[in-house]
Amino acid sequence: MGLAKRIIPCLDVDNGRVVKGVKFVEIRDAGDPVEVARRYNEEGADEITFLDITATAHERETMVHVVEQVASEVFIPLTVGGGIRKAEDVLRMLNAGADKVAINSAAVFNPEFVREVTDRFGSQCIVVAIDAKRVDDHWEIFTHGGRKPTGIDAIGWARKMTDYGAGEILLTSMDRDGTKIGFDNELTHAVAAAVPVPVIASGGVGNLQHLVDGIKEGGADAVLAASIFHFAEYSIGEAKRFMAQQGVEVRM
Amino acid sequence: MAQKIAVIDYGMGNLRSVSKAVEHVAGDAQVRVTDDPRYIDDADRVVFPGQGAARDCMAAIREHHLNQAILRAAANKPFLGICMGLQVLMRHSEENGGTGLLGLFEGEVKRFDGLAMGDNGLPLKIPHMGWSTVHQAMAHPMWEGIEDESRFYFVHSYRVVPEDVSLIAATTDYGVRFTSAIARDNLFAMQFHPEKSAATGLQLLKNFVNWNV
Repeated sequence: MGLAKRIIPCLDVDNGRVVKGVKFVEIRDAGDPVEVARRYNEEGADEITFLDITATAHERETMVHVVEQVASEVFIPLTVGGGIRKAEDVLRMLNAGADKVAINSAAVFNPEFVREVTDRFGSQCIVVAIDAKRVDDHWEIFTHGGRKPTGIDAIGWARKMTDYGAGEILLTSMDRDGTKIGFDNELTHAVAAAVPVPVIASGGVGNLQHLVDGIKEGGADAVLAASIFHFAEYSIGEAKRFMAQQGVEVRM
Repeated sequence: MAQKIAVIDYGMGNLRSVSKAVEHVAGDAQVRVTDDPRYIDDADRVVFPGQGAARDCMAAIREHHLNQAILRAAANKPFLGICMGLQVLMRHSEENGGTGLLGLFEGEVKRFDGLAMGDNGLPLKIPHMGWSTVHQAMAHPMWEGIEDESRFYFVHSYRVVPEDVSLIAATTDYGVRFTSAIARDNLFAMQFHPEKSAATGLQLLKNFVNWNV
């Protein structure tokens, strides 16, 4: 037995509350990130990712408290992304109990920022999140939720970010995000083959076979999904049992 | 009187998760994150975590004047090393062009060479990040209630190679079979993170809190 492929539920958090709905029968407050995280942990999630979609700096402060609370009682790795722009933002999240911090647009605007924070805090806690979209015969990175093209080639960018010290790549296909037709496995495989660090596939999961495909066809080290878990279409346990049946090594 | 557990803080990485996880299983014990050598000397048990580069860790330990306190604790009371808290117990690391370590045990800390292939046909990723199985190489009170081959959470690019194989308490496979835990007398140190290994990790920490050396 070797290293298990990781299943990572992702929670969108707005001003300290989980949005996009989470349906667990036994949960009293589906908007409470602590309660939702506790539940995912009990179901066997290998990590949890929180995406702060808050608009204002004041509300962002709330995220720090959310992380503190979750980290005090959920003992699996926690990643926090969204609005991380300065080394101070990284420090605050790590001190609150995050294990990893995901950086997206701040890396695009200033690649040196990634070098700065990996030097200071270590590669193991810096994830670079990449939003990629197919343009003709290649993929380009986009910012602003996939609306703004940058002209930067996604594969080259992933390689550059790992050269700058990123310890992991969180790769989202903006073509697939929200479609429920599966990951862009071609994109995932191209990135996974190009970088020496783990790659998390994201964007497009609609059923459990998609998770398997992301690993087997995409070569991903981990798969991230939001809605299929939030709406209790599938539990994490069901996902893992299915993946195990399909020959994917998972932590049961 | 409630027992005192010191979590050694030398400025390398956030220790909140470690202290919270120990508190979670420690009952009425007093858990304190500290860089005070006197408190460490006075504690009933000592947890020695750490992350980051070997050279930075050693510099931080020296800056905090903790070398002797760490070695004293490792010699005479239940002592739990985690991640870098395992690696720096060795003699020497390849990291940062070669770094001298605390030297409690003879042995080298080596980087994964990145040559091994994974089951998906791509080279194994470095860091080794995620949940791997831990093979228990000896019977030990720290394994109480933990099944052999249980999975724990790892994140590291370097591994220890102790000269004395009788120290090896666990092994893990990642391209190569490496030592994932060592034990001797009152000391137990592991490469994985019990504070991030869900219920299995908490069980191990609980075993440490209850460990009568």
